[in-house]
Amino acid sequence: MILARVAGTVVTDRSTDGISGARYLLVESCDGAGTGKKGYIIALDAVGAGQDEVVLVSQGTSSRQTPDTDRKAVDALIIGIVDAVDEHGTITYRK
Amino acid sequence: MVLGKVVGTVVSDSKVAALEGVRFLLVEKLDAATMQGKKDYVVAMDSVGAGPGEIVFYVSGSSARLTPVTEGKPADATITAIVDAVDVDGKSVYRKDTP
Repeated sequence: MILARVAGTVVTDRSTDGISGARYLLVESCDGAGTGKKGYIIALDAVGAGQDEVVLVSQGTSSRQTPDTDRKAVDALIIGIVDAVDEHGTITYRK
Repeated sequence: MVLGKVVGTVVSDSKVAALEGVRFLLVEKLDAATMQGKKDYVVAMDSVGAGPGEIVFYVSGSSARLTPVTEGKPADATITAIVDAVDVDGKSVYRKDTP
């Protein structure tokens, strides 16, 4: 997984993903403090993440290992909202 | 998924039989914050009827085979959505009607 900050939203009403009510978020990969690194990908939201939250994003085949994404054309999935990050014994991020 | 702009089409006459009728589009990856092209290109199969100039996103890897158009075909990048709007940090950076 990667740590990423929810940077925004991507809206589409023409897609072949086959997922009803799919919600796509623009996420920016970030460090353990939640600081963005300017690398953006689009991830399907499975947890109801909000703007600027730090999330866990699973990529590749693994993003299809949920009931909603099984055999769907998805390659990045938000699988969790991060509450805290501890780096070398110091809390670097807290929600 | 990766945000991109359809900048052209790629035509191939001699290709594996499974790909008959599949459309290849040339997609330039975009920096989402500015919506500027990154001069980084990928050839993607089209599963939604996207056309030149449209903002899209595509899936990579084995997921690229999981659309009706690409199932069972040697796809590793497939356009799965035409984008209507992109918001970054609370600002609208793209609306389909006002590119």
